[in-house]
Amino acid sequence: MKNIKVLGTGCSNCKNTIKLLEAVAQEKGVEIHVEKVEDIQDIMRYGIMSTPGVVIEGQIVHAGGVPSRQKVEGWLQG
Amino acid sequence: MNINTTAATRTWPDIHPKEFLAIAAALWVALYWALAPVSEALVAALPVDRASHLGGALQFFLYDTPKVLLLLTGIVFVMGMVNSAFTPERTRVLLAGRTEGVANVMAASLGVVTPFCSCSAVPLFIGFVQAGVPLGVTFSFLIAAPMVNEVALTLLFGLFGWRIALLYLGLGLSVAIVAGWVIGRLKMEAYLEDWVRDMPRIVARAEALRLTLSDRVEAGFAAVREIVGKVWPYILAGIAIGAAIHGYVPEAFMASFMGKDKWWAVPLAVIVGVPMYTNAAGVIPIVQALLAKGAALGTVLAFMMSVIALSFPEMVILRKVLKVRLIATFVAVVAAGILLVGYVFNAVL
Repeated sequence: MKNIKVLGTGCSNCKNTIKLLEAVAQEKGVEIHVEKVEDIQDIMRYGIMSTPGVVIEGQIVHAGGVPSRQKVEGWLQG
Repeated sequence: MNINTTAATRTWPDIHPKEFLAIAAALWVALYWALAPVSEALVAALPVDRASHLGGALQFFLYDTPKVLLLLTGIVFVMGMVNSAFTPERTRVLLAGRTEGVANVMAASLGVVTPFCSCSAVPLFIGFVQAGVPLGVTFSFLIAAPMVNEVALTLLFGLFGWRIALLYLGLGLSVAIVAGWVIGRLKMEAYLEDWVRDMPRIVARAEALRLTLSDRVEAGFAAVREIVGKVWPYILAGIAIGAAIHGYVPEAFMASFMGKDKWWAVPLAVIVGVPMYTNAAGVIPIVQALLAKGAALGTVLAFMMSVIALSFPEMVILRKVLKVRLIATFVAVVAAGILLVGYVFNAVL
């Protein structure tokens, strides 16, 4: 079970990021728990400057734009 | 991940970026030159009279659509490769701690090349201010980034020629530079929301990017997928509108209420533009229709800038970090700049 946070104020790129995460997780049979962080003050605590950002187990792994499928597959690898 | 699967996911352009770029460039040029004769031949093959309204409209549509899409794909690809070197983090490093004036010019110019999605406006704003980028300089960046970009410029170039595209570039940058400078002079730091002011200062840092040519080619592909994939329906709509009114709506229709001699046309265009929220591609169909029917160029450009640079949803988002007075100042200063652009244009041309 991986805890994933998606940081973003709710634009289409953020939604697409969540969709992509869920799709890849399902394909790989990895259990994930996705949490949306939409409050700007909370987002800024992670120190990113472009959204959507992705946080996995407390670590920022991505900021700005929908991540590539390859990247997502890498995160959900074992 | 074993080596075989990695090799399989690597594509040919990824492995041979130089060869790919050379072949793609040659193909692009060949296609571009073939457009006019091919579209003429296509229309000639259709059972319509080339000299008729319908024939003219069809030729216009069949020529302009592939031309603009081809231009856009090529430029977005190249800009994607260039932009991959300008992350918001690196732009911040370049701007942090500079004094106003030159920094406003830099900020506006960097706004053109730094990839930036409008939903990132607030995080970017805070990130800049936190690292000590002056408020006015931050605004120069925020005004230029959505308004002057490769999509707007390519579309203006493809549909209306290089003169209008260059004018838009120059005026858009001027509005961003001057408006940011004025906001800086007004010393409005007190009108940031308290929690933004209280955030700890940070030292701007950015990791050195080591991009290979393959990485850049990949960034170009990603930009094309993201941008061209999103805007092509607007462009199609814009050209279709242009083609449809090509001869059907009386030439001076718009001139009657958006012509040069109407002093109130420019402010009206700016006001009408504010509640409209769309990007550069979305506004092109309207610009196309207005210009084709005799609306004055200054008025139309003022409208386009207002739609892109000033919008209610953006103000709602900015309200989370700015107090009302600073937002009002921002809107007033930018609107004044756009008005000036509109009037100057109408007077000069």
